[in-house]
Amino acid sequence: MKKKILKYGLTAVISIAILFLLQRLLMPKYVDGIVEGAFVAEYYEEEKDHDVIFVGDCEVYETFSPLVLWEEYGINAYIRGSAQQYIFQSYYMVEDTLRYETPDVVVFNIQSLQYDEAQSEAYNRMTLEGMKWSKTKVDAINASMKEGEQFLDYVFPILRYHTRWSELTETDVQYMFDKKKVSHNGYYMRVDVKPAENVPEGRPLGNYDFGENAWKYLDMMRELCAEKGVTLLLVKAPSLYPYWYPEYEAQVEAYAEEHGLRYINLLEDAEAIGLDYTTDTYDAGLHMNLSGAEKCARFLGHVLSVEYGLEDRRGEAALDEAWRGKKEAYEAEIAEQKVKYGIKDE
Amino acid sequence: MLFTSYLFLGFLALVLILYYVLPKKTQWPLLLCASYLFYFAAGAHFLLYLLSTTVTIWGAAVLIDKNHQAQKTYIKEHKEEMDREAQKTYRAAQKKIRFRYFLAALLINLLVLAVVKYANFFIDNFNGVLRAFGNAEGLSFVNIALPMGISFYTFQTIGYLVDVYRGNTAAEKSIFRFALFVSFFPQVVQGPINRFGEMAPSLYAQKRFDGRQVSFGLQRILWGYFKKLVIADRILVAVTAIFGDPANQGAYVFVGMIFYRLQLYADFSGGIDITIGIAEALGITLRENFNRPYFSKSLPEYWRRWHMSMNAWFRDYIFYPLSTSPALVSLTKKVRARFGPGAGKRVPLYISSFAAWAATGIWHGASWNFVVWGLTNWLILMLSEEFTPLYERFRRATHTEQSRAYDVFQIVRTFLLIGCVNLFDCHATLGATFRSFASMFTSANYHVLTDGSLLELGLTGLDYGILAVAWLIVLTVSLVQRKGSVREQIEPLPYAVKYVLFFGLFLIVLLMGAYGVGYDASQFIYNRF
Repeated sequence: MKKKILKYGLTAVISIAILFLLQRLLMPKYVDGIVEGAFVAEYYEEEKDHDVIFVGDCEVYETFSPLVLWEEYGINAYIRGSAQQYIFQSYYMVEDTLRYETPDVVVFNIQSLQYDEAQSEAYNRMTLEGMKWSKTKVDAINASMKEGEQFLDYVFPILRYHTRWSELTETDVQYMFDKKKVSHNGYYMRVDVKPAENVPEGRPLGNYDFGENAWKYLDMMRELCAEKGVTLLLVKAPSLYPYWYPEYEAQVEAYAEEHGLRYINLLEDAEAIGLDYTTDTYDAGLHMNLSGAEKCARFLGHVLSVEYGLEDRRGEAALDEAWRGKKEAYEAEIAEQKVKYGIKDE
Repeated sequence: MLFTSYLFLGFLALVLILYYVLPKKTQWPLLLCASYLFYFAAGAHFLLYLLSTTVTIWGAAVLIDKNHQAQKTYIKEHKEEMDREAQKTYRAAQKKIRFRYFLAALLINLLVLAVVKYANFFIDNFNGVLRAFGNAEGLSFVNIALPMGISFYTFQTIGYLVDVYRGNTAAEKSIFRFALFVSFFPQVVQGPINRFGEMAPSLYAQKRFDGRQVSFGLQRILWGYFKKLVIADRILVAVTAIFGDPANQGAYVFVGMIFYRLQLYADFSGGIDITIGIAEALGITLRENFNRPYFSKSLPEYWRRWHMSMNAWFRDYIFYPLSTSPALVSLTKKVRARFGPGAGKRVPLYISSFAAWAATGIWHGASWNFVVWGLTNWLILMLSEEFTPLYERFRRATHTEQSRAYDVFQIVRTFLLIGCVNLFDCHATLGATFRSFASMFTSANYHVLTDGSLLELGLTGLDYGILAVAWLIVLTVSLVQRKGSVREQIEPLPYAVKYVLFFGLFLIVLLMGAYGVGYDASQFIYNRF
């Protein structure tokens, strides 16, 4: 009997180990090319002692440089954003963050209000896979799944990526267990420049109203922040495209006013920020490059520091130490990207 | 709840665990609950159809059986008072009563089947006739969803009713036990069509956990998933691409015809492997449905090896009763007297098989394509019957009776012949089918076989590679099967070898199966029948 138990036990262990290794191998690593899928998971490697947490889609993780916030205002910030992160996912990102820490301010980029439900399975994956397992993640998955998606595919990603064996590269083997960091406190850096020219006007829409689901999650985020004593700040990143309609703006303004929230539309503050769309964007106005992100961080840092009275924490030994390392990585990547994009130092 | 869904796998695991953990007397009631739950998942209103068949067939069978018993008892008790003639009259009167029960249940169920499956077919044809007479306004089509497995469970229960009527099977007294026979979840979807007398002993018996049997069942389930997910659902993409575009003619039809044959076999036999595997794991014996049909050397042989349970049903409940019916026997006698014994022998064969094949065709689907498909099979089978002596003479004369090469030729010929006949299944209309068939001989586009055009059918080179290797595995297994059960042959091998074989197969299904995001979860082809 003992022998039988040992035999079948060993079989189970070997089988599970093989499946585990295969799963690690087949899952996308997001260390080169599309790196956005790695951002969410990187948060868990951090010391959870942030003053400000940013949540939102690409407009947030490419618009604010946390290093500038630290260096110029002593604000310890982290961006919990991912590609096309929908509002319901941002809500769960806040809920998830509050399991670990209670920041003073949550900054939410309202761009995703226009999506009432998930648009793409691939984006769902990039946001949700990196989250640590908890009831919050389960709820986030359930809120996000599109028709045809299966919850079990999130539990056992090998079921989702089972056909990736035909696309495997050396990177998949290299980063099976240990991934290199691709963000800087959630910030996705790009140093290259592509001026914004001929930005298209928005096409008229049939309906400009944000959906019920989007409003529901914004309400939930607001209530959660209020319950935990966290200040919720709404922002709109200064991206020229996708077009931000005046009708959208009016709805957000009305909501902010109704609930006593601060809302900053950085598009309207572009001049005050000092943005130059010929030099501060890397993709013709969609997203900020390093120069734009540093300017936006500087601007928002002032608001956070002066208007919200966030404490300057420079001088705290642990934070100073941590940020020293982060700065080195930040500067190394700037140098690396400059080489990559053929940018010469001025 | 598709067999290929996670939900079904979870459901199956739960049923298996409860089946062997709960007290044995709860085993068949558990299966009944599970079967109804499974059916309920397909659509709550479908249960009404299932229930109506269960109640009417069960009720009629019980009444017939009771009448049988009462007749026996009456004759036994009144043997002294009744002479032979009186007994005969009494028996005839009782038979009439039984026939009424039988006919009522039969008509109710055929009517239900006709309405849900064939109503629009009848309406379409009726409207066609109206149009021919210049009436543009016809009847509107009805919107009735086809209940899952209705053709299978209707025919299975009619078979049972006939068996009880003939006195070959005793009626099941418990409606709940009978309900399980009708609804048994692995087979209700696509058969095999079982016989009550064969299935009942193992269906209701109390079973102890038998590791070997459960393991064999799981192995067969895995093999079924391999065929379905790695082969059928992968090749489906190309089949859909070819027959979904009328512009694809000639060589494309030829390729599509072959692909569809492979898909149909992998899909249907894969589904049956899963069904029989589940039953085996539960200690229940079901009929086999396939016997390596693509090794058939002729169409008659093929139909003895393909969808065996359905063919046996049509043979036993249509062909034989019809060929031995008083009307046909009388006709046979007349023909024999007038045209000789040869013609006399052919009359019952031709007429009965014609009826059986027409029924087989219409059973497969509500369209003229399927009727013609059935009758084409009949025609080829009859021609084959007529030419058999000629073939035999030819083989003797050419000394090919023992020739391996000729055997291979026959196998390929049969495969292609069935492929051509199955083109009826790939098109919605007869016109499209015949155009498609003719184009294989008239279109000069066979260069597409080599110029990379096949890579534009939704399958990559890698997909073709996987399909080729997977078919090689199926072929190898089929060859090994000639010596008996493959699982029996694997069983004595060292544990490590068995582990590598089965875990390897599991990994192939896991990594190469066409499932999940990017693939459409596809229903088994025979589910629609």
